[in-house]
Amino acid sequence: MEKLSFRLSSPSSASGTRPQAIVGVVASGNLEVLLERTSPPDVCTIEIATAAHGFGMVWDAVVRDFVARRSAGGLRISINDGGARPDTVALRLAQGVRKIEEPER
Amino acid sequence: MTLDDILAGLFPNGSKIEVIGAMIAGKATMADGKPIHVLGIIQGQNLGVDEAIVLAGHVIEIIGSHDRAPILVLVDSASQRMSRRDELLGLNEYLSHLAKSLLLAEAEGHRTVGLLYGGSAAGAFIATALAAGTLVALPGAHPAVMDLPSMARVTKLPIEVLKAKAEATPVFAPGLDNMVRTGGIQIIWDETAPLAPQLAAVLERPAGRDDRDRLGAERGGRRKAVDIADRVVAMATSSSRELRHG
Amino acid sequence: MTAATANNVSLSWYEASARQRIDALVDAGSFSEFIGPELRETSPHLSIFDLPEQFDDGIVIGCGRVNGSSVLVAAQEGRFMGGAFGEVHGAKLTGLLRAACTLKQNVLILFDTGGVRLQEANAGELAIAEIMRAIVAARRAGISVIGLIGGRAGCYGGGSLIAGTCSRLIVSEQGRISVSGPEVIETNRGIEEFDSRDRALVWRTMGGKHRYLIGGADMFVDDEASAFRLAAIDALEFRRRWDLAVLKAEQKRLERRLQRFGDAEDAVDIWQVLGLNEPTNIPALPTDVFLRAAGNRENADDAR
Repeated sequence: MEKLSFRLSSPSSASGTRPQAIVGVVASGNLEVLLERTSPPDVCTIEIATAAHGFGMVWDAVVRDFVARRSAGGLRISINDGGARPDTVALRLAQGVRKIEEPER
Repeated sequence: MTLDDILAGLFPNGSKIEVIGAMIAGKATMADGKPIHVLGIIQGQNLGVDEAIVLAGHVIEIIGSHDRAPILVLVDSASQRMSRRDELLGLNEYLSHLAKSLLLAEAEGHRTVGLLYGGSAAGAFIATALAAGTLVALPGAHPAVMDLPSMARVTKLPIEVLKAKAEATPVFAPGLDNMVRTGGIQIIWDETAPLAPQLAAVLERPAGRDDRDRLGAERGGRRKAVDIADRVVAMATSSSRELRHG
Repeated sequence: MTAATANNVSLSWYEASARQRIDALVDAGSFSEFIGPELRETSPHLSIFDLPEQFDDGIVIGCGRVNGSSVLVAAQEGRFMGGAFGEVHGAKLTGLLRAACTLKQNVLILFDTGGVRLQEANAGELAIAEIMRAIVAARRAGISVIGLIGGRAGCYGGGSLIAGTCSRLIVSEQGRISVSGPEVIETNRGIEEFDSRDRALVWRTMGGKHRYLIGGADMFVDDEASAFRLAAIDALEFRRRWDLAVLKAEQKRLERRLQRFGDAEDAVDIWQVLGLNEPTNIPALPTDVFLRAAGNRENADDAR
């Protein structure tokens, strides 16, 4: 397993009040994304454990693009990856933010 | 040890045990004169629907007799019978039924003791030895979930790599010591000492709760299971209390 | 929408994730998870094999309400490691069942499993034994333990033995139940014994329809989360303490099955003996037609 870790500044915080959300499963070509509202409001941290070695540059691009497009401040994002393609990763990150921003029932 | 040696060692006062194909069933007298029921799957055979239903029938008869005498389950089997016919007929129900009959016997006051003296694997192991209240083994017994060559095939790892990993952890590889360290087998008997007193010692300990996960933690072979299970019970209990009072 | 209704959207049970199944099964908003993913109680053994972990180790457990009544729920995720039982995965279910006994609450187990996880085979095998013992203790205390089977991974190996220990089983056509999987039989006994690539053979030997017809399952439903929910509500109504009388009835039932069908070569022969019209057509029947045709099935009558 390869471990990667990012700490990115994100001027706007994720909306909503849910403390956490989880999307996806760990399977071949898939990943799970756990989002928790435990980072400082202007910071998004992303920790990744991936089965595919040597893709640090790709992850770097995907997570920077994600943080640039989304309000991800305050989120601690943890990823277990079973070797997903970058578009799948981007999709799960977007789903994850949508889920943590959903109104609580 | 052969089955005959084991039976002679356990029951010097005699026993009346019938061999039915790959199974045995009967009764014996322990050193203290008390009776004990004896059942088993022997000769390293597979456990299929036809065997499981016979063994379960014996256990049910014993429970129905209300004599509360202990039941010794001797095990030297292969795995469950891997066949189209057995699965067509619902093998899972037959194996569960046998396991349930042994578990009910224990709950109804019969001490159930499994004695693993040969092999056993997978579903056959679960339905017999692991369904006994206490499981003991003789040296040379060789329990397995799956043999290493098959495991190598399924995990796509070279067998040498698996062997090396098996040195580092008792959690996956077949073998008696691994099953002891993970808490599945309570004790390995001393085959050079008389067996009857060793059986008596097991029966002296009162039947109690399932302590295999606790044993596994104490022995370092299964460190997390008991902690997780205990925490789940605590969380479920406190959340149920909150709901009731909340 | 009232508190007692679940999400009404159509959802394939087979395609759904463990979390989606729980959401669709329990009353909206009523689920609360034990040992959730945020605690990161992952398997300590997968890293030895350089395999990725999942934060919930492939099983979601907790409490909720179904049609207003409190239940404990466990759902396996069949896509992670084939839903297989490892040390943590198994211990979560063991703990839940022990809690059921203390709290006198019924349990729903949403099976989706290939059996024991080989990378932690001994721990997984012992977990199966511990779970079965906990189910028996709960059922002796009058608690219902209901199994729901219709996931991608089916219900194989040790999972199928746990299923055989439950008070009631709800299956869909996709709900395959078998101790040895098709590949395992073929590997050990040869392709003449079982051709694992013959999907039709797999489904009619191990699939939900056959299990329902021989009394291996009690309720047959569409591959719809809402259908599983309705069946679960129904199953929860029924309560019976498990005792020697039930075990004796099961012995009779299983003996009778061997007498009636023991010589059958194929599921179709069994369906023929059952007197079903056009037995070869059974796999093609939609649920409502199938249920009407299944009138002569071997009903387990809760002898399990």
